Amino acid sequence: MYDTGKVIIGIIIFVLLFTSPLLLNLSSGEGTYRPDPKLPASGTCVESKSYMKDYHMEMLNTWRNMVVRQNYRYLKTSDGKYFEINGHRAEMSLTKTCLNCHHKAEFCDKCHNYLDVQPYCWNCHIDPSLIKKEVER
Amino acid sequence: MSIDRRKFLAIAGGAAAIGIAGRRTLKVLAKNVISKPSATLAGKRWAMVIDLKKCRELPGCTKCIQACDYAHNIPDMGNSKDEIKWIWKEKFNHAFVEQENYFVPDDVKNNPAILFCNHCDNPPCTNVCPTQATWKREDGVVMMDWHRCIGCRYCMAACPYGSRSFNWRDPRPHIKQLNPDFPTRERGVVEKCNFCEERLSRGLLPACVEACPVKAMTFGNLEDPNSEIREILNKRFTIRRKPELGTQPEIYYII
Repeated sequence: MYDTGKVIIGIIIFVLLFTSPLLLNLSSGEGTYRPDPKLPASGTCVESKSYMKDYHMEMLNTWRNMVVRQNYRYLKTSDGKYFEINGHRAEMSLTKTCLNCHHKAEFCDKCHNYLDVQPYCWNCHIDPSLIKKEVER
Repeated sequence: MSIDRRKFLAIAGGAAAIGIAGRRTLKVLAKNVISKPSATLAGKRWAMVIDLKKCRELPGCTKCIQACDYAHNIPDMGNSKDEIKWIWKEKFNHAFVEQENYFVPDDVKNNPAILFCNHCDNPPCTNVCPTQATWKREDGVVMMDWHRCIGCRYCMAACPYGSRSFNWRDPRPHIKQLNPDFPTRERGVVEKCNFCEERLSRGLLPACVEACPVKAMTFGNLEDPNSEIREILNKRFTIRRKPELGTQPEIYYII
Protein backbone atom coordinates (compact mmCIF):
# COMPACT_ATOMS: atom_id res chain seq x y z
CA MET A 1 0.00 0.00 0.00
CA TYR A 2 1.27 3.42 -0.86
CA ASP A 3 1.31 6.14 1.83
CA THR A 4 0.49 3.64 4.58
CA GLY A 5 1.09 6.11 7.41
CA LYS A 6 -1.19 8.78 5.95
CA VAL A 7 -3.97 6.29 5.20
CA ILE A 8 -3.94 4.80 8.68
CA ILE A 9 -3.97 8.26 10.29
CA GLY A 10 -6.82 9.16 7.96
CA ILE A 11 -8.78 6.04 8.98
CA ILE A 12 -8.21 6.76 12.68
CA ILE A 13 -9.39 10.37 12.26
CA PHE A 14 -12.45 9.16 10.34
CA VAL A 15 -13.37 6.57 12.98
CA LEU A 16 -12.90 9.13 15.77
CA LEU A 17 -15.08 11.69 13.99
CA PHE A 18 -17.72 9.12 13.13
CA THR A 19 -18.03 7.83 16.70
CA SER A 20 -17.57 11.22 18.34
CA PRO A 21 -21.23 11.52 19.48
CA LEU A 22 -21.01 8.16 21.26
CA LEU A 23 -17.59 8.96 22.75
CA LEU A 24 -18.70 12.39 23.93
CA ASN A 25 -21.81 10.92 25.56
CA LEU A 26 -19.73 8.23 27.26
CA SER A 27 -17.21 10.73 28.58
CA SER A 28 -19.87 13.13 29.89
CA GLY A 29 -21.79 10.27 31.58
CA GLU A 30 -24.91 10.81 29.47
CA GLY A 31 -24.44 7.41 27.89
CA THR A 32 -25.24 5.75 31.16
CA TYR A 33 -28.32 7.94 31.83
CA ARG A 34 -31.37 6.05 32.96
CA PRO A 35 -34.76 7.70 33.41
CA ASP A 36 -35.76 7.97 37.02
CA PRO A 37 -39.56 8.05 37.31
CA LYS A 38 -40.60 9.19 40.76
CA LEU A 39 -43.00 6.80 42.47
CA PRO A 40 -45.64 8.14 44.84
CA ALA A 41 -44.62 7.95 48.49
CA SER A 42 -47.32 5.47 49.49
CA GLY A 43 -50.18 3.40 48.16
CA THR A 44 -50.54 0.28 46.07
CA CYS A 45 -50.75 0.21 42.31
CA VAL A 46 -53.58 -1.50 40.46
CA GLU A 47 -51.22 -4.18 39.17
CA SER A 48 -47.66 -5.37 39.85
CA LYS A 49 -44.69 -3.27 38.84
CA SER A 50 -43.48 -5.68 36.16
CA TYR A 51 -46.95 -5.94 34.62
CA MET A 52 -47.34 -2.17 34.57
CA LYS A 53 -43.89 -1.73 33.04
CA ASP A 54 -44.71 -4.02 30.13
CA TYR A 55 -48.43 -3.63 29.64
CA HIS A 56 -49.67 -0.28 31.03
CA MET A 57 -50.49 0.97 27.54
CA GLU A 58 -52.50 -2.12 26.71
CA MET A 59 -54.26 -1.93 30.04
CA LEU A 60 -55.22 1.69 29.41
CA ASN A 61 -56.50 0.73 25.97
CA THR A 62 -58.66 -2.00 27.51
CA TRP A 63 -59.97 0.46 30.08
CA ARG A 64 -60.90 2.93 27.39
CA ASN A 65 -62.84 0.34 25.40
CA MET A 66 -64.60 -1.02 28.46
CA VAL A 67 -65.63 2.42 29.71
CA VAL A 68 -66.61 4.09 26.46
CA ARG A 69 -67.96 1.20 24.47
CA GLN A 70 -69.30 -1.18 27.13
CA ASN A 71 -70.15 1.12 30.02
CA TYR A 72 -68.09 -0.75 32.61
CA ARG A 73 -66.83 2.02 34.88
CA TYR A 74 -65.28 0.52 37.98
CA LEU A 75 -61.89 -1.05 38.07
CA LYS A 76 -61.50 -4.70 38.92
CA THR A 77 -57.91 -5.86 39.34
CA SER A 78 -56.67 -9.21 38.06
CA ASP A 79 -57.63 -10.89 41.35
CA GLY A 80 -61.27 -10.05 40.58
CA LYS A 81 -61.76 -7.47 43.33
CA TYR A 82 -62.84 -3.87 42.95
CA PHE A 83 -59.90 -1.53 43.39
CA GLU A 84 -60.53 1.15 45.98
CA ILE A 85 -59.20 4.65 46.55
CA ASN A 86 -60.01 6.17 49.96
CA GLY A 87 -62.76 3.63 50.49
CA HIS A 88 -64.47 4.36 47.17
CA ARG A 89 -64.48 2.17 44.12
CA ALA A 90 -61.94 3.47 41.65
CA GLU A 91 -62.96 4.16 38.08
CA MET A 92 -61.04 2.94 35.07
CA SER A 93 -59.71 6.41 34.45
CA LEU A 94 -56.29 7.77 33.65
CA THR A 95 -56.93 11.14 35.30
CA LYS A 96 -59.07 10.00 38.20
CA THR A 97 -57.25 6.80 39.15
CA CYS A 98 -53.65 6.75 37.83
CA LEU A 99 -52.98 10.44 38.28
CA ASN A 100 -54.61 10.36 41.69
CA CYS A 101 -51.25 9.02 42.95
CA HIS A 102 -48.79 9.50 40.11
CA HIS A 103 -47.52 12.83 38.89
CA LYS A 104 -47.48 13.17 35.11
CA ALA A 105 -44.34 15.27 34.82
CA GLU A 106 -42.38 13.31 37.39
CA PHE A 107 -43.53 9.83 36.46
CA CYS A 108 -45.10 9.35 33.03
CA ASP A 109 -43.06 11.94 31.16
CA LYS A 110 -39.74 10.65 32.51
CA CYS A 111 -39.72 7.45 30.45
CA HIS A 112 -41.84 8.77 27.61
CA ASN A 113 -39.41 11.59 27.01
CA TYR A 114 -36.38 9.32 27.36
CA LEU A 115 -37.79 6.94 24.73
CA ASP A 116 -39.19 9.81 22.67
CA VAL A 117 -42.70 8.38 22.62
CA GLN A 118 -45.53 10.87 22.52
CA PRO A 119 -48.70 9.13 23.72
CA TYR A 120 -51.72 11.08 22.48
CA CYS A 121 -53.59 10.44 25.73
CA TRP A 122 -52.61 13.90 26.88
CA ASN A 123 -54.06 15.63 23.83
CA CYS A 124 -57.45 15.25 25.50
CA HIS A 125 -57.04 13.84 29.01
CA ILE A 126 -56.12 16.52 31.48
CA ASP A 127 -53.20 16.42 33.87
CA PRO A 128 -54.91 17.40 37.15
CA SER A 129 -51.72 18.81 38.62
CA LEU A 130 -52.02 21.70 36.15
CA ILE A 131 -55.40 22.57 37.61
CA LYS A 132 -54.23 22.28 41.20
CA LYS A 133 -51.51 24.81 40.45
CA GLU A 134 -54.19 26.93 38.77
CA VAL A 135 -52.07 27.14 35.67
CA GLU A 136 -54.89 26.65 33.26
CA ARG A 137 -54.00 24.60 30.17
CA MET B 1 -60.75 -36.07 -17.09
CA SER B 2 -64.39 -36.93 -17.58
CA ILE B 3 -67.02 -36.55 -14.90
CA ASP B 4 -70.53 -37.97 -14.99
CA ARG B 5 -73.61 -36.20 -13.72
CA ARG B 6 -73.94 -38.32 -10.59
CA LYS B 7 -70.38 -37.54 -9.50
CA PHE B 8 -70.78 -33.83 -10.24
CA LEU B 9 -73.95 -33.61 -8.14
CA ALA B 10 -72.28 -35.47 -5.27
CA ILE B 11 -69.28 -33.12 -5.27
CA ALA B 12 -71.42 -29.99 -5.56
CA GLY B 13 -73.72 -31.13 -2.76
CA GLY B 14 -70.81 -31.97 -0.50
CA ALA B 15 -69.20 -28.59 -1.08
CA ALA B 16 -72.45 -26.78 -0.30
CA ALA B 17 -72.91 -28.75 2.92
CA ILE B 18 -69.38 -27.91 4.06
CA GLY B 19 -69.96 -24.24 3.21
CA ILE B 20 -73.20 -23.97 5.18
CA ALA B 21 -71.81 -25.89 8.15
CA GLY B 22 -68.69 -23.68 8.13
CA ARG B 23 -70.72 -20.51 8.21
CA ARG B 24 -72.81 -21.79 11.06
CA THR B 25 -69.76 -22.72 13.12
CA LEU B 26 -68.26 -19.30 12.47
CA LYS B 27 -71.46 -17.64 13.65
CA VAL B 28 -71.53 -19.68 16.86
CA LEU B 29 -67.87 -18.89 17.47
CA ALA B 30 -68.43 -15.21 16.79
CA LYS B 31 -71.30 -15.12 19.27
CA ASN B 32 -69.21 -16.71 21.99
CA VAL B 33 -66.06 -14.74 21.43
CA ILE B 34 -67.03 -11.30 20.24
CA SER B 35 -70.30 -10.30 21.85
CA LYS B 36 -69.78 -9.34 25.45
CA PRO B 37 -72.78 -7.96 27.27
CA SER B 38 -72.41 -4.35 28.28
CA ALA B 39 -73.05 -3.26 31.84
CA THR B 40 -76.66 -2.82 32.93
CA LEU B 41 -78.13 -0.70 30.17
CA ALA B 42 -81.03 -2.94 29.18
CA GLY B 43 -84.56 -2.01 30.18
CA LYS B 44 -83.89 1.73 30.06
CA ARG B 45 -84.75 4.41 27.54
CA TRP B 46 -83.51 7.79 28.61
CA ALA B 47 -85.45 10.81 27.38
CA MET B 48 -86.12 14.40 28.35
CA VAL B 49 -89.08 16.76 28.51
CA ILE B 50 -88.41 20.47 28.33
CA ASP B 51 -91.10 22.81 29.54
CA LEU B 52 -90.51 25.93 27.45
CA LYS B 53 -93.26 27.70 29.42
CA LYS B 54 -91.12 27.45 32.56
CA CYS B 55 -87.99 28.25 30.55
CA ARG B 56 -89.57 31.51 29.37
CA GLU B 57 -90.00 32.61 33.00
CA LEU B 58 -86.30 33.50 33.05
CA PRO B 59 -85.45 35.14 29.76
CA GLY B 60 -81.73 35.35 29.15
CA CYS B 61 -80.91 32.57 31.61
CA THR B 62 -78.01 30.39 30.44
CA LYS B 63 -77.49 28.28 33.58
CA CYS B 64 -77.94 24.97 31.74
CA ILE B 65 -75.48 25.96 29.02
CA GLN B 66 -72.91 27.11 31.57
CA ALA B 67 -73.25 23.88 33.57
CA CYS B 68 -72.76 21.84 30.41
CA ASP B 69 -69.79 23.94 29.30
CA TYR B 70 -67.98 23.26 32.56
CA ALA B 71 -68.99 19.60 32.85
CA HIS B 72 -67.75 18.76 29.36
CA ASN B 73 -64.92 21.24 28.77
CA ILE B 74 -66.72 22.96 25.91
CA PRO B 75 -64.65 25.75 24.38
CA ASP B 76 -65.85 29.22 23.52
CA MET B 77 -64.34 29.74 20.10
CA GLY B 78 -65.62 33.30 19.81
CA ASN B 79 -67.12 32.96 16.35
CA SER B 80 -70.11 31.11 14.95
CA LYS B 81 -68.16 29.20 12.29
CA ASP B 82 -66.01 27.38 14.85
CA GLU B 83 -68.74 27.23 17.51
CA ILE B 84 -68.96 24.01 19.54
CA LYS B 85 -72.48 23.53 20.83
CA TRP B 86 -73.97 20.84 23.05
CA ILE B 87 -76.92 22.91 24.29
CA TRP B 88 -77.94 25.99 22.43
CA LYS B 89 -80.79 28.43 21.98
CA GLU B 90 -82.64 28.80 18.73
CA LYS B 91 -85.61 30.84 17.57
CA PHE B 92 -88.89 28.93 17.74
CA ASN B 93 -89.52 29.00 13.98
CA HIS B 94 -86.00 27.74 13.31
CA ALA B 95 -86.19 25.00 15.92
CA PHE B 96 -89.63 23.76 14.90
CA VAL B 97 -89.68 24.28 11.15
CA GLU B 98 -92.49 21.76 10.73
CA GLN B 99 -94.84 23.96 12.77
CA GLU B 100 -96.38 25.84 9.89
CA ASN B 101 -98.92 27.90 11.82
CA TYR B 102 -98.81 31.45 10.59
CA PHE B 103 -100.10 32.81 13.87
CA VAL B 104 -98.07 31.87 16.91
CA PRO B 105 -98.30 33.56 20.33
CA ASP B 106 -95.72 36.32 20.69
CA ASP B 107 -94.02 34.89 23.76
CA VAL B 108 -93.52 31.56 21.97
CA LYS B 109 -92.36 33.20 18.76
CA ASN B 110 -89.99 35.67 20.35
CA ASN B 111 -88.36 33.43 22.93
CA PRO B 112 -85.75 30.83 22.11
CA ALA B 113 -86.11 27.09 22.49
CA ILE B 114 -83.36 25.08 24.16
CA LEU B 115 -81.96 22.50 21.79
CA PHE B 116 -79.56 19.59 22.04
CA CYS B 117 -78.87 16.20 20.55
CA ASN B 118 -82.23 14.42 20.34
CA HIS B 119 -80.75 10.98 21.07
CA CYS B 120 -83.02 9.58 18.39
CA ASP B 121 -84.41 6.07 18.50
CA ASN B 122 -83.51 5.77 14.84
CA PRO B 123 -80.40 7.94 14.60
CA PRO B 124 -79.25 8.67 11.04
CA CYS B 125 -75.84 9.84 12.26
CA THR B 126 -74.78 6.43 13.57
CA ASN B 127 -75.63 4.63 10.33
CA VAL B 128 -73.23 6.71 8.28
CA CYS B 129 -70.21 6.59 10.61
CA PRO B 130 -67.47 4.64 8.82
CA THR B 131 -65.49 3.84 11.98
CA GLN B 132 -68.31 3.08 14.44
CA ALA B 133 -67.19 6.06 16.46
CA THR B 134 -70.84 6.86 17.15
CA TRP B 135 -73.55 4.36 17.99
CA LYS B 136 -76.81 4.03 19.89
CA ARG B 137 -76.48 2.42 23.27
CA GLU B 138 -79.10 0.02 24.62
CA ASP B 139 -80.41 2.74 26.92
CA GLY B 140 -80.92 5.08 23.98
CA VAL B 141 -77.91 7.36 24.49
CA VAL B 142 -76.33 8.16 21.14
CA MET B 143 -72.71 7.77 22.18
CA MET B 144 -69.48 8.99 20.71
CA ASP B 145 -66.03 7.43 20.99
CA TRP B 146 -63.72 10.35 20.33
CA HIS B 147 -60.76 7.98 20.21
CA ARG B 148 -62.18 6.53 17.03
CA CYS B 149 -63.55 9.61 15.29
CA ILE B 150 -61.60 10.39 12.14
CA GLY B 151 -63.37 13.70 11.52
CA CYS B 152 -65.03 12.79 8.22
CA ARG B 153 -68.17 14.71 9.30
CA TYR B 154 -70.60 12.29 7.65
CA CYS B 155 -72.56 12.29 10.91
CA MET B 156 -72.86 16.07 10.77
CA ALA B 157 -74.30 15.82 7.29
CA ALA B 158 -76.69 13.07 8.37
CA CYS B 159 -78.02 14.78 11.52
CA PRO B 160 -81.17 16.72 10.60
CA TYR B 161 -81.00 18.76 13.81
CA GLY B 162 -77.55 20.33 13.53
CA SER B 163 -76.64 18.75 16.84
CA ARG B 164 -73.04 17.97 15.99
CA SER B 165 -70.07 20.33 15.95
CA PHE B 166 -66.63 19.94 14.46
CA ASN B 167 -63.37 20.98 16.09
CA TRP B 168 -61.76 23.00 13.35
CA ARG B 169 -58.95 24.00 15.70
CA ASP B 170 -57.49 22.82 18.99
CA PRO B 171 -60.22 23.58 21.52
CA ARG B 172 -58.12 23.44 24.68
CA PRO B 173 -56.83 27.04 24.70
CA HIS B 174 -60.43 28.26 24.35
CA ILE B 175 -61.83 26.50 27.40
CA LYS B 176 -62.62 28.97 30.15
CA GLN B 177 -62.25 26.59 33.08
CA LEU B 178 -60.88 23.07 32.72
CA ASN B 179 -62.72 20.22 34.40
CA PRO B 180 -60.15 17.44 34.96
CA ASP B 181 -62.88 14.80 35.35
CA PHE B 182 -63.78 14.99 31.67
CA PRO B 183 -61.48 14.95 28.66
CA THR B 184 -61.20 17.78 26.18
CA ARG B 185 -61.29 17.04 22.46
CA GLU B 186 -58.70 17.25 19.72
CA ARG B 187 -58.66 19.17 16.50
CA GLY B 188 -60.43 17.21 13.78
CA VAL B 189 -63.02 15.46 15.98
CA VAL B 190 -66.81 15.78 15.96
CA GLU B 191 -68.64 16.23 19.24
CA LYS B 192 -72.15 16.57 20.61
CA CYS B 193 -74.30 16.20 23.71
CA ASN B 194 -73.77 12.79 25.36
CA PHE B 195 -76.82 13.00 27.69
CA CYS B 196 -74.24 13.22 30.49
CA GLU B 197 -73.64 9.48 30.25
CA GLU B 198 -70.64 9.87 32.57
CA ARG B 199 -73.01 11.22 35.24
CA LEU B 200 -75.77 8.68 34.52
CA SER B 201 -73.30 5.89 35.19
CA ARG B 202 -72.78 7.33 38.65
CA GLY B 203 -76.52 7.69 39.25
CA LEU B 204 -76.58 11.46 38.76
CA LEU B 205 -78.93 13.54 36.61
CA PRO B 206 -77.54 15.39 33.58
CA ALA B 207 -75.75 18.60 34.51
CA CYS B 208 -78.25 20.84 32.67
CA VAL B 209 -81.24 19.28 34.41
CA GLU B 210 -79.58 19.80 37.77
CA ALA B 211 -78.60 23.39 36.97
CA CYS B 212 -81.98 24.64 35.74
CA PRO B 213 -83.30 27.11 38.34
CA VAL B 214 -86.96 26.69 37.29
CA LYS B 215 -86.79 22.89 36.84
CA ALA B 216 -87.89 23.19 33.23
CA MET B 217 -86.18 19.96 32.25
CA THR B 218 -87.29 16.51 33.32
CA PHE B 219 -85.05 13.57 32.61
CA GLY B 220 -86.10 9.97 33.00
CA ASN B 221 -86.67 6.47 31.83
CA LEU B 222 -89.46 6.02 29.27
CA GLU B 223 -89.54 2.28 29.87
CA ASP B 224 -90.65 2.81 33.46
CA PRO B 225 -94.40 3.54 33.41
CA ASN B 226 -94.22 5.15 36.87
CA SER B 227 -91.41 7.56 36.07
CA GLU B 228 -91.91 11.30 36.34
CA ILE B 229 -91.25 11.77 32.65
CA ARG B 230 -93.98 9.28 31.70
CA GLU B 231 -96.37 11.04 34.04
CA ILE B 232 -95.67 14.38 32.34
CA LEU B 233 -95.99 12.88 28.86
CA ASN B 234 -99.33 11.34 29.86
CA LYS B 235 -100.69 14.63 31.19
CA ARG B 236 -99.24 17.30 28.93
CA PHE B 237 -99.27 17.62 25.18
CA THR B 238 -95.73 17.69 23.82
CA ILE B 239 -94.11 18.16 20.44
CA ARG B 240 -90.79 16.97 19.05
CA ARG B 241 -88.49 18.40 16.41
CA LYS B 242 -89.03 17.19 12.84
CA PRO B 243 -90.96 14.03 13.78
CA GLU B 244 -91.94 13.58 10.13
CA LEU B 245 -88.40 12.39 9.37
CA GLY B 246 -88.94 9.17 11.31
CA THR B 247 -85.85 9.58 13.47
CA GLN B 248 -87.96 9.31 16.66
CA PRO B 249 -86.27 12.10 18.61
CA GLU B 250 -86.40 11.60 22.38
CA ILE B 251 -86.47 15.22 23.50
CA TYR B 252 -90.05 16.36 24.07
CA TYR B 253 -91.12 19.99 24.29
CA ILE B 254 -94.04 21.53 26.15
CA ILE B 255 -94.85 24.72 24.26
